[in-house]
Amino acid sequence: MRRILAILMENEPGSLSRIVGLFSQRAFNIESLTVAPTDDNSLSRMTIATIGDDKVLEQIVKQVNKLIDVIKIIDITDRQHIERELLLVKVTAMTDKSRNEVKRITDIFRGNIIDIGKQVYTVQLTGNAEKLNAFITALQHETEIIESARSGCVGMARGDKALRI
Amino acid sequence: MTTELFTGAEMVVKSLSALKVKYIFGYPGGSVLDIYDAIFQQDEIEHILVRHEQAATHMADGYARATGEVGVVLATSGPGATNCVTGIATAYMDSIPMVVLAGQVATSLIGNDAFQETDIVGCTRPIIKHSFSCRSLADIPDAISKAFYIASTGRPGPVVIELPKDILIPQNKGPFSIETDIKIRSYNPNVNGHPKQIKKAVQAIARAKKLVIYSGGGIVLSDASELLTKLVETLKAPITNTLMGLGGISGTHEQFIGMLGMHGSLEANKSMANADVILALGARFDDRVTNNVEKFCPNATIIHVDIDPTSISKTINAHIPVVGLVEVVMQQLLDELSDINFSPDEVALTLWWQQINLWRNVKSMSYDQAENEKIKPQRVVEALYKITQGDAYVCSDVGQHQMFAAQHYPFAKPRRWINSGGAGTMGFGLPAAMGVKLAFPDKHVICITGDGSIQMNIQELSTCSQYKLPVVIVTLNNRSLGMVRQWQDMVYGGRHSSSYMESLPDFVKVAEAYGHVGIKIDHLDELEEKLTQAFNIKDRLVFVDVMVDEKEHVYPMQIRTGAIDEMWLKKGVKA
Repeated sequence: MRRILAILMENEPGSLSRIVGLFSQRAFNIESLTVAPTDDNSLSRMTIATIGDDKVLEQIVKQVNKLIDVIKIIDITDRQHIERELLLVKVTAMTDKSRNEVKRITDIFRGNIIDIGKQVYTVQLTGNAEKLNAFITALQHETEIIESARSGCVGMARGDKALRI
Repeated sequence: MTTELFTGAEMVVKSLSALKVKYIFGYPGGSVLDIYDAIFQQDEIEHILVRHEQAATHMADGYARATGEVGVVLATSGPGATNCVTGIATAYMDSIPMVVLAGQVATSLIGNDAFQETDIVGCTRPIIKHSFSCRSLADIPDAISKAFYIASTGRPGPVVIELPKDILIPQNKGPFSIETDIKIRSYNPNVNGHPKQIKKAVQAIARAKKLVIYSGGGIVLSDASELLTKLVETLKAPITNTLMGLGGISGTHEQFIGMLGMHGSLEANKSMANADVILALGARFDDRVTNNVEKFCPNATIIHVDIDPTSISKTINAHIPVVGLVEVVMQQLLDELSDINFSPDEVALTLWWQQINLWRNVKSMSYDQAENEKIKPQRVVEALYKITQGDAYVCSDVGQHQMFAAQHYPFAKPRRWINSGGAGTMGFGLPAAMGVKLAFPDKHVICITGDGSIQMNIQELSTCSQYKLPVVIVTLNNRSLGMVRQWQDMVYGGRHSSSYMESLPDFVKVAEAYGHVGIKIDHLDELEEKLTQAFNIKDRLVFVDVMVDEKEHVYPMQIRTGAIDEMWLKKGVKA
């Protein structure tokens, strides 16, 4: 089962490698991982999308929590939450037809064309993983994807709930 | 007024002094020469020069296990630090408080594949509780102070501190201050068990008809043995210990049913398998205990008390988890038992003990020693017990001799049984015994070892000469790697692939070459006399080389993939 974990940790050198090392050492899966400092520069926030049954997930949460640098970890999947991922995709746009199609699909998905080359468009789209997958499939029907980059998901709980010190 | 300034190397030594460190175990080298120079110029801390850094970690480890203090290791960068890896892993697996100070090349050279550069923080990441990479003078006292705090609190473990050369050198000075009252916002180990869980646990205990108490290394590490004994006597239930937990309750206590697990007693494993409630205290349901987890104690409600939440429900699902310090939780349990006016169900207890005594009567640890045959290794351990009255510090290596020692030396007190349980590190025994002897020079300190294990750190006989550490080494010499050979006999059709030792040295001469006393024992009728003779030599190390029966196997033994209580009692005899 896919789970999204939000982790608040000390923004120290080596903190990231401790988490990544833990996942490989204990054979836990990482589907995606994003990390950046928070508004409080002494803290980093990481979002990990992982796959595992309840027993594995319990171990992941406990093991991550055990790391000295980690302040808090929550599984946001069970509750109402917001999940977003950023996609940048560069596609071939050589003919009027393909340009129009890319523009149309991008509008439907509420993405933006943010750069153009002589024969390419670069499109930006945010959303959950499912939306991004659907967008890529739609593009593939109409044109050729030259490259794509995804950020991995970030997430937080809806409403008043917050992950903070 | 001008503030006095110190070099980083001086700060290292001053920090260790402030934390009341008495010994550092280590080996010098380029990147830490400044620290060695600072050690030379003071007399509060004694440095013990080993002959291999692995031995430094085991010495610090043995010292920590016997005293409860943090063991301190100092090694140079590169190979010095990597030689510590096995010792760090050993301490990690058994939750031993240790701080390893590792030199590093200058910060400007890090990442350049400089001479004797190894990323020791990276190398040790999976086998440490935490690590620090110092990058400036000011980092040093803070890192050392935090390292001691982290190593010794919660579930203890090793901490590595990396110290680059350029922050240690005399050209670089700064003011020194150290904070010993440590608070770390991201590290707050639980102390008290949750009151609701305590209530649930006591309710389950009160309902139990066949309760077993299963205690582990956590009892020893937290010096909770008196409280454990009180709890055990209140509940009147049988108690079993893990390999790491031996001595947590006296080995001769009438409610003690022996060690459990792979080479545990039949009565311990049978009691676990038939229990309706298992109270696990500071133990972690290791695979050497459980055997096949699918078949593990199907009828038992499991109460699991542990300081480390990750240990709970990792291998065996706990019905009533309690996270907290085991001594605190045991007091909470005792208080709750007293609040409900607990008295054990005498009828159920009588039936339960009748059943256990039937298993006890099988005498699963028995062995056959004929007078005119080769010495059985078990007999040697029994003789050691007799001579030392159960009060020696027994440090073992890893293999058959380790199991024989665990089975046949009933430990009267905690911290007396010192062995590498989790990691199973051969070569651990001698340096660990040296660390113990340093801490307790007037006590009997025995290293029970084998002809394989002793050779993995035999160079430390030299360190023993230098620091006058008169440990008694007893080698159960079977001219083979006994445990490997046993498995090959049982599982691999008797094909002894690389499990025999050709060209063993004459250990008596080896001991003598280092300035020690060597004694060889060949025959049963000279065993006790010569062992007694060895213990009467107080001021010199005695190496006793005992020729034992190479065909002897460790029994009883769990049958692979079976339940906890499915055991071989003898060759071809199932329980």
